[in-house]
Amino acid sequence: MFGAGGGTSSYREAEETDLIILWGSNARETHPIFFHHLLRGVRNGARLIAVDPRRTGSGEWADLWLGLDVGSDISLANAMAREIIHEGLANQEFIGRATSGYEDYARCVEAYPLERAERETGVPGEAIKEVAHAYGRADRGMICWTLGITEHHNATDNVLALINLALLTGKVGRYGCGLNPLRGQNNVQGGGDMGAIPARLPGFQDLQDPAIHQKFSSAWGGAKFPDKKGYHLSEMFEAMEHGELKSAYIVGENPARSEADQTRAVRLLSGLDHLVVQDIFLTQTAELAHIVLPAAAGWAESEGTVTNSERRVQRVRRALQPPAGARDDIEIISELARRLGSDWGRPSAEAVWDECRSLSPMHAGMAYRRLDELGGIQWPCYDEDHPGTLFLHERLWQDPVEGPRAPFHAVEHDPPVDQLTEEFPIRLTTGRRLDSFNTGVQTGGYTSPLRTREALLISPADGASLGVLDGERVRASSRRGSVEVPVRFDASLRPGLAFMTLHFPDQVSTNILTIDATDPKSGTAEFKASAIRIDKLVTAGA
Amino acid sequence: MNEVFVGLPKRMVKISVDGTDVQVPEGTTILEACRRLQIDTPTLCQLETLTPVNVCRVCVVEVEGSRVLVPACSRKVEPEMKVLTDSERVRHSRRLVLELLASSVDMALCAQQVHGWMARYGAKPERFGAAATVAQPVKIDNDLYVRDYSRCILCYKCVEACGVDAQNTFAIGVAGRGFDAHISTEFTVELPDSACVYCGNCIGVCPTGALMFKSEYDMRQAGTWDESQQKVTETVCPYCGVGCMLELHVQDNSIVKVTSPLDHSVTAGHLCVKGRFGFQFVQQRSRETKG
Amino acid sequence: MDIRTTGGPPTADEIAAVDGILGSPESIWEGGGRSTQDDHLARGGHAARSQRPLLLPVLHAIQDRMGWVSRGALEYACRRLSIPPAEAYGVVSFYGRFALDERPELALHVCDDIACKGAGADDLCSALEKAFGPSGKTWHRSACLGLCDRSPAALVERAGVPEEREEHQVAPITLEAAQAILRGGRPEDQPRPQVVQRGTVRLLRRVGVVDPESIDSYRKAGGYAALRRALELGSEGVIREVTEAKLLGRGGAAFPTGRKWDAVAKATVRPHYLVCNADESEPGTFKDRVLMEADPFAVVEAMTIAAIATGCEQGYLYVRGEYPLARERIEHAIGEARAHGFLGADIEGAGTRFDIEVRRGAGAYICGEETALFNSIEGKRGEPRNKPPFPVQAGLFGKPTLVNNVETLVNVLDILGEGGAAFASIGTADSTGTRLFCVSGQVRVPGLYEVPMGTTLRALIELAGGLREDRTLRAVLLGGAAGSFVTESQLDVPLSFEGTRAIGATLGSGAVIVLDDTADLEQVLLRIARFFRDESCGQCVPCRVGTVRQEEALKRILSQRETSLREADVALLSDIAQAMRDASICGLGQTAASAIGSAVIQLKLVGP
Repeated sequence: MFGAGGGTSSYREAEETDLIILWGSNARETHPIFFHHLLRGVRNGARLIAVDPRRTGSGEWADLWLGLDVGSDISLANAMAREIIHEGLANQEFIGRATSGYEDYARCVEAYPLERAERETGVPGEAIKEVAHAYGRADRGMICWTLGITEHHNATDNVLALINLALLTGKVGRYGCGLNPLRGQNNVQGGGDMGAIPARLPGFQDLQDPAIHQKFSSAWGGAKFPDKKGYHLSEMFEAMEHGELKSAYIVGENPARSEADQTRAVRLLSGLDHLVVQDIFLTQTAELAHIVLPAAAGWAESEGTVTNSERRVQRVRRALQPPAGARDDIEIISELARRLGSDWGRPSAEAVWDECRSLSPMHAGMAYRRLDELGGIQWPCYDEDHPGTLFLHERLWQDPVEGPRAPFHAVEHDPPVDQLTEEFPIRLTTGRRLDSFNTGVQTGGYTSPLRTREALLISPADGASLGVLDGERVRASSRRGSVEVPVRFDASLRPGLAFMTLHFPDQVSTNILTIDATDPKSGTAEFKASAIRIDKLVTAGA
Repeated sequence: MNEVFVGLPKRMVKISVDGTDVQVPEGTTILEACRRLQIDTPTLCQLETLTPVNVCRVCVVEVEGSRVLVPACSRKVEPEMKVLTDSERVRHSRRLVLELLASSVDMALCAQQVHGWMARYGAKPERFGAAATVAQPVKIDNDLYVRDYSRCILCYKCVEACGVDAQNTFAIGVAGRGFDAHISTEFTVELPDSACVYCGNCIGVCPTGALMFKSEYDMRQAGTWDESQQKVTETVCPYCGVGCMLELHVQDNSIVKVTSPLDHSVTAGHLCVKGRFGFQFVQQRSRETKG
Repeated sequence: MDIRTTGGPPTADEIAAVDGILGSPESIWEGGGRSTQDDHLARGGHAARSQRPLLLPVLHAIQDRMGWVSRGALEYACRRLSIPPAEAYGVVSFYGRFALDERPELALHVCDDIACKGAGADDLCSALEKAFGPSGKTWHRSACLGLCDRSPAALVERAGVPEEREEHQVAPITLEAAQAILRGGRPEDQPRPQVVQRGTVRLLRRVGVVDPESIDSYRKAGGYAALRRALELGSEGVIREVTEAKLLGRGGAAFPTGRKWDAVAKATVRPHYLVCNADESEPGTFKDRVLMEADPFAVVEAMTIAAIATGCEQGYLYVRGEYPLARERIEHAIGEARAHGFLGADIEGAGTRFDIEVRRGAGAYICGEETALFNSIEGKRGEPRNKPPFPVQAGLFGKPTLVNNVETLVNVLDILGEGGAAFASIGTADSTGTRLFCVSGQVRVPGLYEVPMGTTLRALIELAGGLREDRTLRAVLLGGAAGSFVTESQLDVPLSFEGTRAIGATLGSGAVIVLDDTADLEQVLLRIARFFRDESCGQCVPCRVGTVRQEEALKRILSQRETSLREADVALLSDIAQAMRDASICGLGQTAASAIGSAVIQLKLVGP
């Protein structure tokens, strides 16, 4: 957000805020311990608004649930903005001092009266107005989101639409306010921090900035490395399609199962000249590999750090000896370097981290000793006397603002790519369940009393109109393929909306149905919006 | 560095504990004041991360001017308060509380500390003779938890952790009344039919072993549970991006239990089902890894 | 709240019972059918959870209609009120009046408590057991029903739709009447209490004189003059009079009423609540019932004055569940008062707002404890809270709250009528005014008596006709189960707070149960021990386990032959008593050993 990619607030701020909008997130199930903090806020009197096509467990806690149609988030956000402006709740003083691009933005949202938003989102205009006013009036207000915002073809625009709301009302850079993407995996944030994104070096430093590039290059003994933006995941698959990308080294990912339009993903991975997979499991992707490098588990068999959704860098430690043959990631990389002709020795995790600290100013003060003492430190932390940073962008409240102003981005509603038609009339969306995780590689290891077999959740009304019974196996088809799956009636789903998870690829390959329409900026696929049809199975001989 | 509103500065309050004057911040409990003075005060239902329920009454102290004894865990200090922590009345009530509990509940798995208090106050639970107890069969109705309410002292901690103080799932509550009061799901249904989401936070706060992870229970039954051979390592949960601190209890290179530190700002000791139980995969690789 | 329900659906009758209180559900999210609005919108959160105080009224509606609370019914109530089922189950299972197993529509509760025991309740119960099986199916042994002036007493409940539902007090009850009821007969209407006392009465002067269902009758007898006076005096003036009157609370704790009112009036946190504690459940006590049944407008008027003085806009009257007539009369009086502008948004045109909601107890003695009562109104288990904070600081819904007993409040009418100083001239210097005493047991004329504070116990017993011919006094239980025994030699004790305190006794709730030489004191003591074991809320260890150990030790003392063993058990009893008194959370535990201790340890009426 305005530079460094990380949630602006701390969890504890959720406990002391006045209003929380949980947008496209079922944190109750997907981020249960963050939800503890949020509930403490609710117990302290905060109002909770849930924006989600499904009325999830999180939505059940909300004062108001807005059940928008999948992919209509921008329309909702823009209509809220228009209401806020018309009601005189925009923080003009903040806008004037700390932001840019307001005029364009105001012009853009003017085209989103409540009637239009009601038409595009399905949510009654009055309710949109109510939420807009509540957010506009709240002294402190937070917006938190998850994949309901980002797993769309226009993910970046979705995020910008939410950022706009915070800028409009001056709800960022103050305690109890903020914009918080809740990270889905334990080190998604850390991966970004460390430069595992196409255009960044560690500490979100611009790869394409010659001075930065030079700094790293000289620290690494004049090493040569690309100075141009690389590919994000979806672009890599496109490059495979074009025959431009012929070999891949995949560490700790299972794209053969986790990518949208799975059939295509497997085909492309299988077609590579050379595929190396480094993982703790022989995953479905590893099965396609030419070389598999068995790795130690990052969280229990190695030393190192991860970063959480409140930018807290935390230590992971070795509690177990890895199984025979599996090696620590640092060891594998160092050994690889040695065989490629560059002997780095066997640096400890701490030594690697200290090198990172020397190059990434926002991590500079985070010595292992301090991470141990303080239970982790929130970046930025510029030196060893710095306590870390509770919330970001406080500078926006200085007069005059230090550094660049925060820009508004006028963004427009753009419905899901996979359109609903007579042939594919049902909107399938995907998500997680509390006790499972992603493709189930890890959570498959324990027996959960909560777990039920994968099913296609539909509204009882749809079940009745399709003539299928609760529990009956059906064929679910999208424009890309079809799967057989039992249906389960879920009264919390409205007619026309269906839900599946990606947790049980061995039972149902949900990703055969999903679409790989991808956000050009973030590279995320539109897992949240597929169009499907549901057909009764024809019994043999009938 | 952010400037954060942390409330008004606290006034200091002067009190006397067992004749020693001490200054403590306003709002401090008597228990906290005792701990500052290194006065070992028995507690059973108290935990830093939970709202005080002051039901066990083992921490009672004498406060000058008060007709009855007061619970140290929840009573806040007042200026010039005079507190006695080891008077005859205090010792009597503490002894009786421990005796009454131990005469009705199996307290064998309580921390060593608890047995130390029993000795200190001369608790002899057997003097009540053939007394009514809460003995009952162990409840095993799922693969993750075991509930042995013969060990339950009704400290309310599990209810608080399942409820308002952390999880807010409310799968269990206190039901019934008097000596029949007990921890229960709605209509005593088995856990899988209850609202339970298996976060294990109830087990995390149970002081008596009434609630136990099935894995620990099985090892205890098999005689292989050996805390002296266990090493605890702090790390971060491998699942979502919240960054919950885990304490991995490892025995023979195998994780046998997962807890979380009470004093960490992210978890306050609480986890979800994945963090608590989702560790097995890391130990199942030797079987799965092909050549 | 994310609520999970896994039981079966509710029946149509159960839905009707719940909806009768809450109206029909507005959306699928509250347990109704799906409307198009529900596809895209749901309301919940704070507003939904704030309905928690409706839980007990809803449970009463289910119990009244069905005779028990099924899982389907409870889960439907939970869905409607946004309460987790395990929490609600904890609440239902706390209160004795709610049944969790299917039961016949008819329930006959037969009191076998102290006064009724002396009037043959045990024989009656044995006979019923022979004819209808053990207690707990159609007929139920019950603790004191507050009808001790007409013992033995019973309460009949017949579940059904509101028009057909019945609830009757039957006292005295005979075996024939009980059998007839259990075979489907309808009990006849009972004669209602009359004041039998000769001489001056103050609090009781309208009892049996005014028509309790007529506000005009009440006004003709001087009603609502005190309210007029209060409006003239204003808050400070009223509190000054009450303080000058030196009125002490009549509920048991004897706290200065003026000080309490002043503290609430001055509390800066808003709103303030007023609670009239009419959960009269102390065995042997029935004074508040008589006032509510026979002079309900006085209670309503007195509450209104208290509210004006302390700045409360909402009052609750929490009446024990076993008082159907009192509840009916009070509710009627509130309706009339509202219709005549004595309650509501603009009382007497003076711009003052106050209204009263009646809350019905559900069979839990502990709810007479003020903080347990708050929890009960809030829809929770009736578990007392630790004090401090005191109710005047943080009471009902966490707000400053004035709690007064019925009798305390009714005294205020006279205080405003004659002035605080005149009131203070009655009684003793430290215990002003008159006091209501519920005299029961083996006296000639059991009933409710009003005497000036300081009157001797002997005179009071004489007022009730004295003992029956040729009988000698064994003991008097003063103050109910939470009180203590006194004997012949102590009969000249002045009945004042300081007088009883001097002999280690208490006025308590004003219960005076007289036991002559025919009384089975051992059975009385065992009944008291059982009472506390049954009524302990179970929250704190000293009381939860202590009341059980007390009963066990008492049983051994009464059955053991060997003196040394009996002496050891008396010592044990004494140890338990001290811990209960010192370390229990509330007054129940703190006094649960009092009566038994006085009989066994101090007076040695039984034992080694």
